[in-house]
Amino acid sequence: MAVTIEAEAPEATKVPVHLPVAKIALIGNPNSGKTSLFNQLTGLNQKVGNFPGVTVDKKTGISQITPNLKAQIIDLPGTYSLYPKSLDERVIIDLLYDPASKHYPDLVIVTADASNLKRNLLLFTQLADLRIPAVLGLNMMDVAEAEGVKIDLDALQRELGVPVIPLNARKGIGIAALKIVMSQQLAPTKATFFEIPEELREVVSQIKERFDLRNDYLALHYAHQYKNLRFLSEQDKAWMAQLLESADFKSNTVQANETIARYVRINEVLLDVVRIEKAKEEEKFSNRLDQILTHRVFGYLIFLALLFLVFQAVFAWASYPMELIDEGIAGLNGLIQDNFSGPLINLLTEGVIAGLGGVLIFIPQIAILFAFIAILEETGYMARVTFMMDKIMRKFGLNGKSVVPLISGVACAVPAVMSARTIENWKDRMITIFVTPLMSCSARIPVYTVLIALVVPEVYYLGFMNLQGIVLMGLYLLGFLSAIFSALLLKVLLKARERSYFIMEFPVYKMPRWKNVGLTIFEKSKTFVFEAGKIIVAVSIILWVLASYGPGDSFERAEERATVEATAKGLSEEQTDNLVSSYQLESSYAGKFGKAIEPAIRPLGYDWKIGIALLTSFAAREVFVGTISTIYSIGEEENVSTIKDKLMSEKDADGNPFFTPARAFSLLIFYAFAMQCMSTLAVVRRETKSWTWPLAQLVYMTGLAYVAAFVTFQLMK
Amino acid sequence: MQYRGTACILQLFINSLNKRREIVRNRIEDTQAQKSVRDLKIGESGEICCLKDPEMALKLLEMGCIPGTPVKLNSKAPFGDPVTIIVNDYTLSLRLDEAETILLK
Repeated sequence: MAVTIEAEAPEATKVPVHLPVAKIALIGNPNSGKTSLFNQLTGLNQKVGNFPGVTVDKKTGISQITPNLKAQIIDLPGTYSLYPKSLDERVIIDLLYDPASKHYPDLVIVTADASNLKRNLLLFTQLADLRIPAVLGLNMMDVAEAEGVKIDLDALQRELGVPVIPLNARKGIGIAALKIVMSQQLAPTKATFFEIPEELREVVSQIKERFDLRNDYLALHYAHQYKNLRFLSEQDKAWMAQLLESADFKSNTVQANETIARYVRINEVLLDVVRIEKAKEEEKFSNRLDQILTHRVFGYLIFLALLFLVFQAVFAWASYPMELIDEGIAGLNGLIQDNFSGPLINLLTEGVIAGLGGVLIFIPQIAILFAFIAILEETGYMARVTFMMDKIMRKFGLNGKSVVPLISGVACAVPAVMSARTIENWKDRMITIFVTPLMSCSARIPVYTVLIALVVPEVYYLGFMNLQGIVLMGLYLLGFLSAIFSALLLKVLLKARERSYFIMEFPVYKMPRWKNVGLTIFEKSKTFVFEAGKIIVAVSIILWVLASYGPGDSFERAEERATVEATAKGLSEEQTDNLVSSYQLESSYAGKFGKAIEPAIRPLGYDWKIGIALLTSFAAREVFVGTISTIYSIGEEENVSTIKDKLMSEKDADGNPFFTPARAFSLLIFYAFAMQCMSTLAVVRRETKSWTWPLAQLVYMTGLAYVAAFVTFQLMK
Repeated sequence: MQYRGTACILQLFINSLNKRREIVRNRIEDTQAQKSVRDLKIGESGEICCLKDPEMALKLLEMGCIPGTPVKLNSKAPFGDPVTIIVNDYTLSLRLDEAETILLK
C-alpha cells in the first residue's frame, strides 16, 4: 500500500505527528456487499462529494485501520467490468487509468459475491492485469455455503496471487482481518489473466511508448477508451484515432474476445478451487417468492398495498413530527419577537428562520420515504417492481425504474427527484426528473382543499362518492396524466446519449441491513438540508424583503389609511392590525409586483391580490393559503372555514362574488401544473448539476399552467 | 373531400398494419433461421451459441452469457416483457429485444 504517503495536517498536539493517509478504492459488482463493507469500514465518517465534471456522487470516508494509520476509502459505483457501460461507471476509468493522478488509489479492495464467484472474478482479473495492488474480499460466504459451494481459500489465494479475505460484511465478520491486510505494504499480483493477443502487440507497444506507460493492459484500455479520457489532449486523441485506424482495431470484437478469454481462464482457476456439493435440486426460495410477488394479478395488488402503506406513512405518520417542527419554529420566532425588535430581528424571524422552517419541515417526509425506499431496495423487491412496470413505462419514454420517483412525487418532489438516481440511463433519468414535479405533491393539498371547498358543493353520489373528493382525485389524475404525456413529448425531443439497457441482475431476496437503511436516511436528509436549504433560505429572505418594504413612505401612508378606516368602522385591535398588514402588503414591492403582473394574469381571471399569492407561492405552494389570509386580512390563527367565508364574501367591481367556479378552477389548474417550489428547483439543480433543467422545468410547467388555466377560465366564464 | 380524407387515413392505417405484419413475418423467418432466448418457453433451457448484437454482446458477456453456457428462461413479467433468465446459477432480467440477441444452439 502507501506508495504515495500524504502527510495529514498536524493536529493540535504538541508534537506534530505525521499520519500516513492511504487512498483505498472499493470496487465490485452491484449487489456484492460493497456498500455494507464501506459502511463497516467508515461508519458515520462519510462524505459525499462530486467526481470532477460528472454527475456522480463521490462517496469517501475515513477508516481508522490501526491506531496510527488512517485510510481514505473511496466507494466506486458498482460495475461488472472496467469497460464502462454508463456515465456513472466512467468515474472508475478516470480514477484508475492515470497513475500520475493524485487520486490514484494505493490499493483496491475488490468485493466479490462468493456464491457467484465466476462472474465476480471478471472485474478482479481486469484490475489484477492493471497491476494495482489489490485485496479480494470474498463476501457472502454464508450464502455460498448454504448453496453447497465450497471454496478452497488457500488455493484461490495461490491462483490469484493476492490476499483473499472471507467476509460477512452484513455482520461485520472479517473486517478486522481485512484491516490487518490493509495496513501492510502490498505488491500487485504477479499472475497474468489475459495475454495481449499477438496482432495487438504492435498497437499496444506504440501506445505504451507515446504515453510512457509501464503496463500492456493499461495501454489496451487506452485504445478502447481514449475518446472518454479527459486527461488526453485533442492531439493525443487524433494520434490514437489514426493509429487504431491503420491497425484496423475493432474495439467491440477485441473486447468481446477479451471477456471470453478471461472467462476461460477463470474457469481454469476455479476448477481446483470451487467444489459444488449440491444437496438437492431444490427450487430457490427467491424463485418461489417471485411467483407470487411478480404474479400478473397478485404482483400488482401487493405493490398497490405497499404503495398504500407508504402513502399512509408519509401523510399520516409524518404529520406529527412536522407539526412539532412547525410549532418549534413558530415558538422560537415568537420567543425572539417577544424579547427583541427591529428590522434585523424581523429579517431573522420572518426571513431566515421561517425559510429554515420551510426546509426542516420536509425532513420527516424525506426520512420516512427514504426509509421505505431503502428497505424495498435492500430486500430486492424494488428490482421486481421495475421488472413489472418496465413495459408500461417504456411506452412513455420512461423506464421501469421511473416508478419509484413518480410515486414518491405524490408525497414530495424533493426526495422523489433524489430517488431518480437509481436510473442509470441518462435520458430516462432526465425525463423522470423533469416530469416528477407534475405529480400532485402534498404541498398542493392545502391549496386544493381551500379552493374546492369554495366552489364545489358537498354532495354525495350513490351515498359514498363525495363530489369534492372526486374533484380532488381528478386533480391527482391530471397531474399523473400530464407527467406521462410530458414524458412522451420529451422522449421525442431528447437525444439519447447512450443505449438504454434493462440487463440487470435479479438479486435474491434478503433481509434489509438496518445499518444501511439508517445511513441512507441520514445521508439523504443531510444532503437535502444543506444543499436545498441554502437556496431556499436565500430566496425566502428576498421574498420577505419584497413583502416587507415598499418604495418611499408608502408603508407609513398605508398604515395611516388603514388606521383611519378602522377607526371609522370601529374595528377591534386585532382586526385593525390585520387591515394594516393587508394595506401594507398592497403597497410593498410584492404588492407593486402583483399590480404590475395583473394585466398578464387577468385573462386567467386573477386580480393583483392573487398575483401576490402567485409570487409568494413560487417559494413554496403551501404559502398560498398564508398569503391569501394576509391579503384578505384574516387573522393568522383562523381556520380553513373562515378563509372560505372570507373568500366567498369577496366581491368584484359589479358586486357579484369574485370567486366564481371559473376563477377557482382556473386557480386549481394553475396550481396543479405550475412549478412553484424552490426546494424542487434547488434539488433538480443539484441532481442534474446544471441550471438548464430546473429553468426548463420552470418555463415549461408554468407555461403549461398558464395556458391550461387560461383555457379553463375562458371556457367556464 | 371528406370521403377522400377518410380514405386516406384508412389507407395509412392499412399500410401500418401491413408493415407490422411484415415485421412479425421477418421475426418468424429470423427465428426459423435460429432460435433465440426469446423463443424459449418458461422453464425451458438451451445453450448459448452466439450473441447477435455486438454492442449488447459486450454487456451480456460481462454478465456471464458466454457461448456454451446453459441458459434457462425463468419467468416473464405480467405483460410478457421483460423476462428473467438463469445463467451461471443466478437470475438476470432483460427485455425481449435483448433476449432476442442471445442465439441458441
